[in-house]
Amino acid sequence: MTKGRGAGGESAPGFVQLLTPDGERIDKVTGADGVEYTVDFTDDEYRGLYRDLVVVRKLDAEATALQRQGELGIWASLLGQEAAQVGSGRALRPQDMAFPTYREHGVLYCRGIDPIMPLSLFRGVDHGAWDPVEFRFNMYTIVIGAQTLHATGYAMGITKDGKVGNDDGEAVIAYFGDGASSQGDVNEAFIWASVFNAPIVFFCQNNQYAISEPIEKQTRVPLYQRASGFGFPGVRVDGNDVLASYAVTRAALDHARHGQGPTLIEAYTYRMGAHTTTDDPTRYRMAGEVESWQAKDPIARVRAFITKQQIAGDDFFTEVDELARRESLALRERVLAMEDPDPLTIFEHVYPHGSPLVDSQRQGFAEYMDSFEGSAH
Amino acid sequence: MAEKLTIGKALNLGLRRALESDPKVLIMGEDVGKLGGVFRITDGLQKDFGEERVIDTPLAESGIIGTAVGLAIRGYRPVCEIQFDGFVYPAYDQIVSQVAKMHYRSQGRVKMPMVIRIPFGGGIGAVEHHSESPEAYFAHTAGLKVVSCATPEDAYMMIQQAVASDDPIVFLEPKRRYYEKGDVEVDADLAGAYPLHASRLTRPGTDATVIAYGPMVRTALDAANAAAADGRELEVFDLRSLSPLDLDPVYESVRRTGRCVVVHEAPSNVGLGAEVAARITEHCFYSLEAPVLRVTGYDTPYPAARVEEEFLPDLDRVLDAVDRTFGW
Repeated sequence: MTKGRGAGGESAPGFVQLLTPDGERIDKVTGADGVEYTVDFTDDEYRGLYRDLVVVRKLDAEATALQRQGELGIWASLLGQEAAQVGSGRALRPQDMAFPTYREHGVLYCRGIDPIMPLSLFRGVDHGAWDPVEFRFNMYTIVIGAQTLHATGYAMGITKDGKVGNDDGEAVIAYFGDGASSQGDVNEAFIWASVFNAPIVFFCQNNQYAISEPIEKQTRVPLYQRASGFGFPGVRVDGNDVLASYAVTRAALDHARHGQGPTLIEAYTYRMGAHTTTDDPTRYRMAGEVESWQAKDPIARVRAFITKQQIAGDDFFTEVDELARRESLALRERVLAMEDPDPLTIFEHVYPHGSPLVDSQRQGFAEYMDSFEGSAH
Repeated sequence: MAEKLTIGKALNLGLRRALESDPKVLIMGEDVGKLGGVFRITDGLQKDFGEERVIDTPLAESGIIGTAVGLAIRGYRPVCEIQFDGFVYPAYDQIVSQVAKMHYRSQGRVKMPMVIRIPFGGGIGAVEHHSESPEAYFAHTAGLKVVSCATPEDAYMMIQQAVASDDPIVFLEPKRRYYEKGDVEVDADLAGAYPLHASRLTRPGTDATVIAYGPMVRTALDAANAAAADGRELEVFDLRSLSPLDLDPVYESVRRTGRCVVVHEAPSNVGLGAEVAARITEHCFYSLEAPVLRVTGYDTPYPAARVEEEFLPDLDRVLDAVDRTFGW
């Protein structure tokens, strides 16, 4: 079924697609898992998805610019992956819980979370500092794949709490990438999820590269096919198609919340930008490859569809651009206004109830700082 | 009511109390269910508390700790058993990068009330990877607390205190002492218990201070009894808490005795003994008659069982070190 450049290769990907790169709507499609997928959106919902895609891309571009101007230490861009993130993010129900990597800014936005929340991490002000349960969105996890086990454990807890088995059931989504699929933790998460029938969706954004290493360095089989070896369904979706990403994720989450166990979704997409702002993709990939993916842009196809279907006109697109501009400006202003933490906060929250060692070091540090003439401390 | 229990049985009973006192407490690990663990520390618990609370996990240590992190975020209090010291390393990343840092990363919004039980140390005639002393790796990691019990009484209370604590705690069990017996107050109230992170004066003395923890507390006491027969009174401390260390009572002792020996099975290089010696030197410098000496395992991989008695600190090596502090 796959041919061309290896198992994960870009020809004949065999994915679920509901919107072609030209903006043609496909009514229904049956995935490799045998499930029939479709969406039934109102015009308002189509416009909403477009709005999310545009805003998320604009915020991402603003963050990249902020890094280039020295205002962020680093930024992990989602450019090219907007549809996978908006589609899956919008598929989550309020009671669901997401475990992101450090690139899921689009999912975060779709959870209704203020996009400023993770920027302090990238600016170097903190390491996250939010309550995962309050936002139904775990803190960004930087160690590759580690969060898939946390997500699985959390999902096991849902089962223990008896919160599965009906429409109100809770489900978990664990995000990770093609590189992470090689990690032991991800494979252990698959085993645990399977053995304990955990209500979890493993959402792998295969963006074709783990920093510089192409997918062929991670796998000889399409990633979604790995699920069968672990005993649960796997499905590949066009990750540049927001409708298909939504449909597949919604179905998998509902499957999980009804107590029917895990699903692996491989969202087949492309990282249009660098791995992070420290990366230089011109060293390892050809411009032609990037151009071929440019033609599959996740936003252009939605705009084409909306235009063709006369769901909205130019006024709407202008209005969305204006909204995105305003939101990105607000993001910029708030990043610039972020203050550096007090150095004494280094010693805070190491332990819930303190530690004599840390406490004495804090005191010593405070006295040292105070010893400088004119010290504010 | 005092009962005569082994350390292993005291741990088992302590875990039972913990499961009874809080429905959020879970036990998870390899073979902890029907088998009751390879050392039977969880014997009978699955039968009485069910498979939902006493969980036989797949055989992957990172998976045990990683899923426990998620369960803790969900509000559970997992007690994870790592079958042997030398098997903890696949979980090391989850312990160091996730368990230890989650509270700090979240600025106090996420707690990791998790206990990681590890039978540690040698002396049981085992094959490779079953006799190690990995405590320094964990004591070196901010965000973790590390404790070790040495008596049935402490085993019973400390395991309950560890489960009740909001800190992630690496709980090191002296596996070769599992079968040693002692009196345990089984009705003792947790609230009135001796503090978890406090060292304990185990044997008063006047001539030199000997510091040990876990399996070496017995060795240090044996040495003190032998020394007493020769007219030398050793003061023995059981550290109990390896991170944080509670050394104030030790400083007071060393200021009196002027001599100190630290004993552990782990190798000496960058071990607990080095930290203890450095702090004692800093706090008791003008009272010391000799440098703080260490009696430890050697800086080799743990040797084959037929020569482990030569590797492990014993009564004679402790007394030899004490003698050297007098000859300095």
